[in-house]
Amino acid sequence: MSEHRCDITLTVNGESVAESVDARKTLVDFLRDDLVLTGSHVGCEHGVCGACTVRVDGVIVRGCLMLAAQCDGARVETIEGVSDGGEIADLQAAFEQRNALQCGFCTPGMLLTAQELLAGGGVPSREKIREQISGNYCRCTGYHAIVDAIESVAQARAGNKP
Amino acid sequence: MKPSPFAYAKAKSLDHAIELLSRPDGEARLLAGGQSLIATLNMRLSAPKLLIDLNGIGGLAGIAVKNGQVEIGALTRHAEAERSADIARHAPLIALALPHIGHAAIRNRGTLGGSIAFADPAAELPACLLALDGEVDIASPTGKRTVQADDFFKGLFETALGPRDVLTAIRVPAAADDTRVGFAEFARRHGDYAMVGLAACAQADGKGLGDVRLAYFGVGAVPLRAKKAETRLTEGNIDDAVKALASDLDPSGDVQATGATKMHLAGVLLRRVARQLMEARS
Repeated sequence: MSEHRCDITLTVNGESVAESVDARKTLVDFLRDDLVLTGSHVGCEHGVCGACTVRVDGVIVRGCLMLAAQCDGARVETIEGVSDGGEIADLQAAFEQRNALQCGFCTPGMLLTAQELLAGGGVPSREKIREQISGNYCRCTGYHAIVDAIESVAQARAGNKP
Repeated sequence: MKPSPFAYAKAKSLDHAIELLSRPDGEARLLAGGQSLIATLNMRLSAPKLLIDLNGIGGLAGIAVKNGQVEIGALTRHAEAERSADIARHAPLIALALPHIGHAAIRNRGTLGGSIAFADPAAELPACLLALDGEVDIASPTGKRTVQADDFFKGLFETALGPRDVLTAIRVPAAADDTRVGFAEFARRHGDYAMVGLAACAQADGKGLGDVRLAYFGVGAVPLRAKKAETRLTEGNIDDAVKALASDLDPSGDVQATGATKMHLAGVLLRRVARQLMEARS
């Protein structure tokens, strides 16, 4: 009925995974330690920094604020899967072109967070972009270049010429 | 940090969750959105022996408008409420507050019931529930009961919920044509817990306001009504209402601001929110 270890079956980046995990293991630790998907980063471990952002059942979540045990039957996507699939190739290119990353620690979470906003369509205001990424810490860039990159992709996807 | 070891059980039904809570073998905690609970586990501020996951229980999420009330199932996620046309139309105060809660990823997981049950004194939704004169449905081994918002928040992170209770829904009166609402907060960063915040509801009464309810958060152990300021605002005098806050509130300082700063900000918020209350509903 209740266990310190849990058997879970889920899909991660489209592949079926079946593992036995400690009940107390967070999703991001499971992805990094058990599946060696180290693109999702562990920063604050209490939901503040956003470095561990992944997608569960299509929406972004904090990987440190969900347990792996809760992901039985879930569809999990990490930066590895989302970038390999080409979904955010334009966003990645814009981050590079605009110097929207330096050390890169926040970048996977930043990209997934930005993509959720952009997937909603339209060209969000810079204020809305800042609001969207307010839960993702970047200690290098000062955010301005990140907002520029996200805005430019929104414009490009809406068919506006730069 | 990593959490202390605990056992995990997925509740199959509300009755099953209550049964698990009733087990004598030590401290059990209910897991809803987990956006506060798992953070406290990670920091080892809390070390329950058993986590009871409510997320698989059907029927605990959803928004319904009936009998002049908006009923919000406890497991309704912030993001779902944010997208809800029923919330926008019938619970406009909650609609104003939701974008201030955490960040996009937090709102995708966090639940309205969890926020009310956790009762963080700086959180938005407990104050909204109080301002709206809402109520909370609770299930327990001995049956179901309903508690008014005025009686629900007891102390710091302390509510009318007992150790074997499960919060199942919250209800607020559906907004009428003459309902006016206002919401504002000061936070250092969008989505952070507020230094001071104010949720307010009133009924337009000719050119003035009646039934004003001002619920401050971040200024005490629980969300607080500013009752003297409510009276002054009903009389139509904003300056007097701001002055009356001195007898309604006595905030302590914290890491973010001194008590005096919070008092000043409470006045600034009252002026902003009073303006919102007096605007005609679009």
